[in-house]
Amino acid sequence: MSTKGIVRGIIANLVIVEADGPVSQNEICYLHTGGTKLMAEVIKVTGKDAYVQVFESTRGLKINDTVIFDGHMLEVTLGPGILSRNYDGLQNDLDKMDGVFLQRGDYTYPLDNDKLWDFKPLAKVGDSVQAASWLGEVDENGQPHKIMVPFVMEESYTVKTLVAAGQYRIHDTIAEVEDGQGKMHTITMVQKWPVKKAIKAYKEKPRPFKLLETGVRIIDTINPIVEGGTGFIPGPFGTGKTVLQHAISKQAEADIVIIAACGERANEVVEIFTEFPELDDPHTGRKLMERTTIIANTSNMPVASREASVYTAMTIGEYYRSQGLRVLLMADSTSRWAQALREMSNRLEELPGQDAFPMDLSAIIANFYARAGYVYLNSGDVGSITFIGTVSPAGGNLKEPVTESTKKAARCFYALQQSRADSKRYPAVNPIDSYSKYLEYPEFESYIQDRIGDGWIPMINEVKIILQRGLEVSEQINILGDDGVPVDYHVTFMKSEMIDFVILQQDAFDAIDMMTPIQRQEYMLNKVMDIVHTDFKFDSFTEVSVYFKRLINVMRQMNYSEFESDKFKNFEKELSDLIAERAVS
Amino acid sequence: MATKAFQKIYTKITAITKATITLKADGVGYDELATVNGRLAQVVKMMRDDVTLQVFGGTDGIPTNAEVTFLGKSPTLKVSDQLAGRFFNAFGDPIDGGPAIEGSEVAIGGPSVNPVRRKQPSELIATGIAGIDLNNTLVSGQKIPFFADPDQPFNQVMANVALRAKADKIILGGMGLTNDDYLYFRNVFENAGALNRIISFVNTTENPPVERLLVPDMSLTAAEYFAVEKNENVLVLLTDMTLYADALSIVSNRMDQIPSKDSMPGSLYSDLAKIYEKAVQFPEGGSITIIAVTTLAGGDITHAIPDNTGYITEGQLFLRKDSDIGKVIVDPFRSLSRLKQLVAGKKTREDHPPVMNTAVRLFADAANAKTKMENGFDLSDYDERTLAFAKEYSNDLLAIDVNINTTEMLDKGWDLFGRHFTKDEVAIKQEMVDKYWPKA
Repeated sequence: MSTKGIVRGIIANLVIVEADGPVSQNEICYLHTGGTKLMAEVIKVTGKDAYVQVFESTRGLKINDTVIFDGHMLEVTLGPGILSRNYDGLQNDLDKMDGVFLQRGDYTYPLDNDKLWDFKPLAKVGDSVQAASWLGEVDENGQPHKIMVPFVMEESYTVKTLVAAGQYRIHDTIAEVEDGQGKMHTITMVQKWPVKKAIKAYKEKPRPFKLLETGVRIIDTINPIVEGGTGFIPGPFGTGKTVLQHAISKQAEADIVIIAACGERANEVVEIFTEFPELDDPHTGRKLMERTTIIANTSNMPVASREASVYTAMTIGEYYRSQGLRVLLMADSTSRWAQALREMSNRLEELPGQDAFPMDLSAIIANFYARAGYVYLNSGDVGSITFIGTVSPAGGNLKEPVTESTKKAARCFYALQQSRADSKRYPAVNPIDSYSKYLEYPEFESYIQDRIGDGWIPMINEVKIILQRGLEVSEQINILGDDGVPVDYHVTFMKSEMIDFVILQQDAFDAIDMMTPIQRQEYMLNKVMDIVHTDFKFDSFTEVSVYFKRLINVMRQMNYSEFESDKFKNFEKELSDLIAERAVS
Repeated sequence: MATKAFQKIYTKITAITKATITLKADGVGYDELATVNGRLAQVVKMMRDDVTLQVFGGTDGIPTNAEVTFLGKSPTLKVSDQLAGRFFNAFGDPIDGGPAIEGSEVAIGGPSVNPVRRKQPSELIATGIAGIDLNNTLVSGQKIPFFADPDQPFNQVMANVALRAKADKIILGGMGLTNDDYLYFRNVFENAGALNRIISFVNTTENPPVERLLVPDMSLTAAEYFAVEKNENVLVLLTDMTLYADALSIVSNRMDQIPSKDSMPGSLYSDLAKIYEKAVQFPEGGSITIIAVTTLAGGDITHAIPDNTGYITEGQLFLRKDSDIGKVIVDPFRSLSRLKQLVAGKKTREDHPPVMNTAVRLFADAANAKTKMENGFDLSDYDERTLAFAKEYSNDLLAIDVNINTTEMLDKGWDLFGRHFTKDEVAIKQEMVDKYWPKA
């Protein structure tokens, strides 16, 4: 018998419900009003009163309306068929909804009940299994999708029956397993899991070490992120957060990409809807959309499900990670999620922390980032969730609570800089303030030595020093004037400008320049660093910038040309001639 | 608002603040409208049998025994083709002396468009102003504000854009508009012979500020009617959204909510997003484009209102007086149209993106040269050339009095590059340079 209640108070989407029985924190309930059911989540209980946040508009809701509690927390449905779908923050399938406008109380099933999947068993009768053990697999858009023992089954089980290879629907029984007490459990291809709880059905979570190639030079070369790593991109509006995020999600070397559009612009999601079905996955040649799932809870959609959307995305990520896949999870923007928390905390009349955010903001963010990671599964396979969130700092000020809390939790920091964006130096990642903690991991260092070479990390560190030096020199030139400093200073400055223009800046809208594989990044960086190490002869400072601009121009043409094509090689030849003009041997 | 006979009249108000009243009532729905001694009010909070109403006209002179009648509905607007050419107040009642509108009654502030049903905006909106068309191209279905100090001619530029934009309908949502500005818009539209395409919802400074809260929803409900039912391209002008946000903060303050940054309510982002996200390209061909004005205090864009707006809208347009040419220009550094890449180089000539970026980069070099000059340093030959370029670029392309098509803008751009710079300095993709570099 489920707990019932009646509505006692309403303040926007916070509703106070008097319950007639037990309720638990984060339990889901439905408010019945005028023939529709509105989904809500318990966020506070005092006495008989449950405070619930409603995932919809409460317009027309009345005092004394009936409420029915559901007996469980907010859950997602996990099974084959999640890829290439577009969900809202509560995992409703947006494509299944009728009409142009979202209708209140319209909840749609996230999977396809009738589709037949080609099932292949991986386990056999008699096997001992536990939560997340692989029983079989189906083909989901060319990826092996593992059918697992549900995560909620916490004991050890013996497989008693397992269906033969063949075609099955998601709700068909796939296996029957017996627990220690001799009780039988049936398993289908579908399972449910509460979003706020991390799925921990893996053996070990080591420090991540494998480079995750994104094709974006300022990330891969300068501040690399790793498979299972965490990073965040704070930036004032107009500095290119979304363009950078889209570039990463298109190009990164991942099996599964989950994009949580959390409280951001609807047209940006439409861009993904429009482009991804057309674009090829650079790694498999299939369409990008086939490996992508989008959780779209745009800024005009209900605030409470905005908070849920990032958890929904993370839980789906954990599900695929348990299948031994590399998942890339992008959330744009985590600030909107924090603001949703703030709106509720405000209506609950909690004592506010800094900027009226809830006091436990920092803990909530840290907890969420901790769910990412590289894991060894019980089977010995590996899986990973790489998480990159954007942060939209109020007023572009990085000293605000969301940025500061995230900085404590994430290992890579890609600070977008207004002045770089203003001068159209994209991606506008500040090369000096940004960092990747993974560069300091010995595990990463030895991985890179095998993959690229011994000299790579020292060279990156040298690049950073030159950029820093370039900045200092340009400040001195601004104070003392062009002729107030030695010609050498101009050379140092232009060398750092060359690194900036040729390596750091990248055209996200050019078909070739948009994505640079790591070998090409290595090749070009070596080329640039050779020039940095070359001495040139100049009679006066005016010659310096003219000459370097010519070098930069030729190398940019190389960036725009297909790697190692004739065109590329012609520009390369032009470059060596140009170097020879002034190089001092 | 006529009171229906069977409706219950309450006469016992238990609490009054400057913007709200509280009374005991039952059977009331959230967001429902009521009249309080004839003034419109809306339910904002219910606790047991206590109902709190926000009174749009303010509570001055409301007695504790005022007559309160609930209307059984949230705010609505009657929509039909009769809206065209008419002027209304914030409640949707005619203020031009014309007859009341007949049509179907729709609740304002309706549901959001399902994101998967939206179409990607792809139609260029030409304004003839190069500072917009060349550098910050507008696209139908976009939402973009002017960030401007109160002394800048944003209403004039907006009126120009609206008239040149070839929209089927133009809806003006005026919030805290001075009577002079209201008459300005009316005259400009009338003189252009465009009055039959215009619908206005106006709250002037003479009306109570809280009434403004209804203006955007009224305007956008009318816009949705024409865009969805008639598949028309509708342009909505909202001026001034800063005054709208101020009204939000007044209400939240009266309801004892904890303010966040700059005394604004914590929900400011969601409140603004609900309005701006109504901009959309519908699959059937209709569209809603929103051009808004957010006035700034001393150019400060870190204030909560412009800051939150910037995160919601698809770019922003800045106006600035360029002292070198003595004209108002569209600032190329701080202005941005996020949707420009959907049309630039696709609906316009292929060289549009590089010409735009390069010109802005060179203009930035000129700004540096200017700083050098002001600090008393010698200028290099390159510096001198950037300065000469900047002056012409500003006058011939950025000034708001420019009115040419995009191809002319691009030709002008190449002409300026050719006269002031070498090909190396311009550093544009070789194929483009080969094709468009001006022949000597």
